[in-house]
Amino acid sequence: MSMTPQEYDAINQRYSPASKGWKTIPLAWLFGGLICCIGQAFSDCYSALGLEKDIASAGVSITLVFLAALLTGFGIYDNIAKYGGAGCLVPITGFSNAVSSPALEFKSEGLILGLGAKMFVIAGPVIVYGTAASIIYGLIIYLFHLY
Amino acid sequence: MPYRIGKYTLALEKPPIILSCASVGSKKEGEGPLKDCFDYMEQDSYFGQNTWEKAESRIQREAVNRALAKGELDPSDIDYVFAGDLLNQCTSSVYGLRELGIPLFGLYGACSTMAESLSLASIFVDSGAGGKCVAVTSSHFCSAERQFRFPLEYAGQRTPTSQWTVTGGGAAVIGRGEAPPFIRAITTGTVEDYGIKDANNMGAAMAPAASATICRFFKDTGLQPDQFDMIVTGDLGYVGSGILLELTEKEGIDIHRQHQDCGLLIFDREKQPEVQAGGSGCGCSGSVLCGHILPQIQKGSLKNVLFIATGALMSTTSVQQGDTIPGIAHLVYLSFNMEDIKFTNPEKNCCVHGGRKGGA
Repeated sequence: MSMTPQEYDAINQRYSPASKGWKTIPLAWLFGGLICCIGQAFSDCYSALGLEKDIASAGVSITLVFLAALLTGFGIYDNIAKYGGAGCLVPITGFSNAVSSPALEFKSEGLILGLGAKMFVIAGPVIVYGTAASIIYGLIIYLFHLY
Repeated sequence: MPYRIGKYTLALEKPPIILSCASVGSKKEGEGPLKDCFDYMEQDSYFGQNTWEKAESRIQREAVNRALAKGELDPSDIDYVFAGDLLNQCTSSVYGLRELGIPLFGLYGACSTMAESLSLASIFVDSGAGGKCVAVTSSHFCSAERQFRFPLEYAGQRTPTSQWTVTGGGAAVIGRGEAPPFIRAITTGTVEDYGIKDANNMGAAMAPAASATICRFFKDTGLQPDQFDMIVTGDLGYVGSGILLELTEKEGIDIHRQHQDCGLLIFDREKQPEVQAGGSGCGCSGSVLCGHILPQIQKGSLKNVLFIATGALMSTTSVQQGDTIPGIAHLVYLSFNMEDIKFTNPEKNCCVHGGRKGGA
């Protein structure tokens, strides 16, 4: 068979169906928005209970992370994400799932080398580059006297 | 003694037979169209074990033990076992079969391992190196997912070209005899790489290898697709099957009528949409061959079958390093009759690459 990778890729593209964006993008928007609404509801509740705004915000993050980890443990979160897609990945609940799911998966290799070492296998890069980006961001603000 | 016909094909002079075979499946396979074809169906995907890897070892053990039991054989009757799976260092095979005490060749051909193990076992039997040999493979959705992709509970979505690793396995005992299925010839595949890099599109990575092996078989033997009831690929799925038909047609070989794919047979893509482009894994072709195809050849409802198991030979490291995904496909020609089709290639018995002059 004489064919270049480019010629083969043209054939491959014809047979490989693309993701159904008309379905997945609105669903992601809906689920992501729903998670944010739930967060806002918690925020309002905490504020109503008399918490300061920044403490209420931290409380919302803690609550959402806890709930997502709990739902991951019960095997529910990934089923929600089958429909919600990126709408379930992008909010803080997705981060919680990215940490708790490898922790569950690799506990069979033990608490140290399994759970402990593999817990950040997905979220690790986000933490590394998130921290690096925040340092650069901080430097820009400092150097240009933006505050 | 096996003899060469053409460059890539070995004909088996006194065709070995499948003495017995068994297939194992789990819950999702039991919800598919082939639910009645499994010898052992386990609803618990842990198979009573505490890790996915041990579950897969249990699949191999069950497949071999049940194949032996069906043939009224004891492990001590078997001279060699050819076993492989998808996990690093083929641990499912060695852990699963360690208690049997059968001399073991561990194989890695990714999802092509069923045809690879069947090929080698057939050569051993036909050459007289082994009286009875076992060919066995397995795969497990959960052990494969966590090795090659993401944790099971991770909230990622599967792409439409991705395939679902079958939790199951198949084992076949090969030996001498007069009853079908006969193993007539094998064509060993070469590594084919056309630059596919998407680890979620295995069908496209493997289709060129399947096409190359199928075309070489017909060229080597001089046979025609019309002489076969079924030309069944291992796990090309929806994407790879479409590509295969186009590639073989370009080479002047039309297999539209005969072609089936184990990955499309084992799951119903309409009722089980989460499998996306179909089933995959060693256990896909292994269980479909041993549970669905071989019994039909045994009964005579299929007379001549080409079984082509396809494998994507990447590792997690090669994928992370951005390398392309090479494919391989091995072919085994199975028949109901011992000699109703003769190889018509004028070059048969030719001496290739300094090999022996065959036929004797």
